[in-house]
Amino acid sequence: MTATEWRDLGLALVVLVVAAGLPFFGTPYYLTLGVTIAMYAVLATSWALFSGPTHYISLATAAFFGLGTYVTAVGIDHLPYWLLLPIAGVIGAVVAGLVGLATLRLSGVYFVIFTLGLAEFIRQVITWAQNLMGTRGLYVLTDLGEREIYWQLLGLAALVFLGGWLIGRSRLGFALRIIGDDEEVARHSGIDTARAKVMLFMVPGAVASITGAIIAPRYVYIEPALAFAPILSFTVVIMALLGGTGRLWGPLVGVIPFTFLTEWVARWFPNQSTLVMGLAFLVIVFLLPKGFVGLIDGARARARGAFA
Amino acid sequence: MKRRTLMHLAAAAVAIAAAAAPALAQDALRIGAVGPKTGPLAGGGAVTFWPNVQLWAADVNARGGINVGGTMRPVEIVEYDDQTNPGETIKAVQRLATEDQVDFILAPYSTGLNLAAAPIFDRFGYPMVTHTATTDKVAELSAQFPNMFFSLGGAQGIATGVVEVLTGLRDRGDIGNRVAMVNVADAFGIELAGAARPQLEAAGFEIVYETSYPLGTQDLSPIMKGAVAATPDAFVAWSYPPDTFALTEQAVIENLAVGAFFTAVGTSFPGYAGRFAAQAEGVLGVGGVHADGAAFQEYAARHEAVTGAKPDFWASAMTYSTFQVLEQAIEGAGTTDRAAVAQYIKDNAFETVIGTLDYDENNNNPAFWTVGQWQGGVFKGVASTGREGAVDVVVKPAWQ
Repeated sequence: MTATEWRDLGLALVVLVVAAGLPFFGTPYYLTLGVTIAMYAVLATSWALFSGPTHYISLATAAFFGLGTYVTAVGIDHLPYWLLLPIAGVIGAVVAGLVGLATLRLSGVYFVIFTLGLAEFIRQVITWAQNLMGTRGLYVLTDLGEREIYWQLLGLAALVFLGGWLIGRSRLGFALRIIGDDEEVARHSGIDTARAKVMLFMVPGAVASITGAIIAPRYVYIEPALAFAPILSFTVVIMALLGGTGRLWGPLVGVIPFTFLTEWVARWFPNQSTLVMGLAFLVIVFLLPKGFVGLIDGARARARGAFA
Repeated sequence: MKRRTLMHLAAAAVAIAAAAAPALAQDALRIGAVGPKTGPLAGGGAVTFWPNVQLWAADVNARGGINVGGTMRPVEIVEYDDQTNPGETIKAVQRLATEDQVDFILAPYSTGLNLAAAPIFDRFGYPMVTHTATTDKVAELSAQFPNMFFSLGGAQGIATGVVEVLTGLRDRGDIGNRVAMVNVADAFGIELAGAARPQLEAAGFEIVYETSYPLGTQDLSPIMKGAVAATPDAFVAWSYPPDTFALTEQAVIENLAVGAFFTAVGTSFPGYAGRFAAQAEGVLGVGGVHADGAAFQEYAARHEAVTGAKPDFWASAMTYSTFQVLEQAIEGAGTTDRAAVAQYIKDNAFETVIGTLDYDENNNNPAFWTVGQWQGGVFKGVASTGREGAVDVVVKPAWQ
């Protein structure tokens, strides 16, 4: 590892420790916002791990997230809670793998449409199963408060960043960057493009599923309409694009301002929140086409130019 | 030039934010309200929840406010849209508690959103008098959240009410033994079908047709054709508002000849009678009120005068009643201390527009309406678990 890498790792550790201290010095309100930020940071960063290099826009986040909430909701009465998180991860990865095998040979808009349909499909399957069994919403009554949920999400975020960093340095990461630039070239260089894409697609699948499993105790009551709400998939994409997918920390710089923006809109414009959010999207798309990462990199490049 | 423009923009933004902030009345009691204004439940919230928030605030302030230990304090509502998203409900309730520091918070709308908010109400000790949460797990929930109260009843009670109504009609000789039952394959429909099936069989009914359909099904004619072919004496649908309307429409088209026709959520909406007019006569639905009672009629008139819309004949009055419970408990306890108010709700009974509300040891209201029937353009309660004012059920006349 180079000196810069050691520095970055140290910096990341400091940020993690400071973030973990939030429950001790913030009000409960900041902790609630902290849970929201940590949840979207995990989802958007893992989303960008796949969609960043490959340029495949996945709208399947809600599908995996909902799957995870159901793992906790069904399993909480039978298994210890800590066992449910890895189970959710494995189920999420397996489903993502199957979906990937079926769809990642498709490209562009077909993949987008399929992933959007996936959340609805899994939701209908669960509803059908519940219809056969005659049960409806499931209750998740635990002692886990926002503090415990926040720390779990923070731990998961650390894993995602570590995983993302390792993938970036691996042969797989290199292969994906080539695929993203030109899939034809990648195939001619002897890269098994389908295999590489499927393997990487399993990462956001597993992570979103674990996130759902962690969040389930916060929602207390799990029913399909709430667990598989499609808006989650869109929010994750918008946040990641606002930050920028070119760098590992890109989505994070989108998630934080976006969370505060939605909070500000919800507070001061409770009757026009959808309208104001729509205007905000337009501004983002027109003024920040490359996200904050583009803005920051541009400023750096200019600064270097000025000093050269 | 650019910088100046930016400054102007910033100044404008600050001015907008300041103007949007509600002026703080010095002695006002601040009450938080969180409910769906957008998202899948926005329609239900617009009929049942928000008009009652508006009406209650208007009623209280017309009286000069709530008497808190000898001081009359008007109420000021701080309201947020939760977008039918539990994450947003949690954020909004948290915001009300710690940023707006409201004195009390009205319970959110629907089962799922209430339960998502319950841990925060609990942490800050706010009494949570729910109006639209239906659950069969009252004992577990009130053990976990001691200040949470349940008013609207659960699936078991509603299923029992329907079976009782059908049994009554059969014992009178109005209908036979054959029941067709359908349900929407979603939360509420699944649970009620599951609760009703064994009860119907135990009461000696024969289920001659049973099926479910996915949420959002547009074309329900195959369902109704199947029901007609089974020649039932009674038809029961555990349906949501869109399918309640669609199934009734198909029943008219296919001329389903039954002596009892029951559709669930939405039957009690004023719009149901508006849509089907004379065809609605004799239709049974979930819920009901003591429609002939002076309390309800006076409430309905005020509701229409203040909000411009009619209340529905089930959850509207219940929603308003829970606000009355909170109001009377604050006056009774004579303080805004949340623990004292919650304790007062546990210890006392309250006179409301739906009658007396008296929560039991599990914080549950044991007396609720289960079945109502359209009779002469009014949806009247015909079965309940202990409410006064039920009218006799009539046999469904043929579709006209």
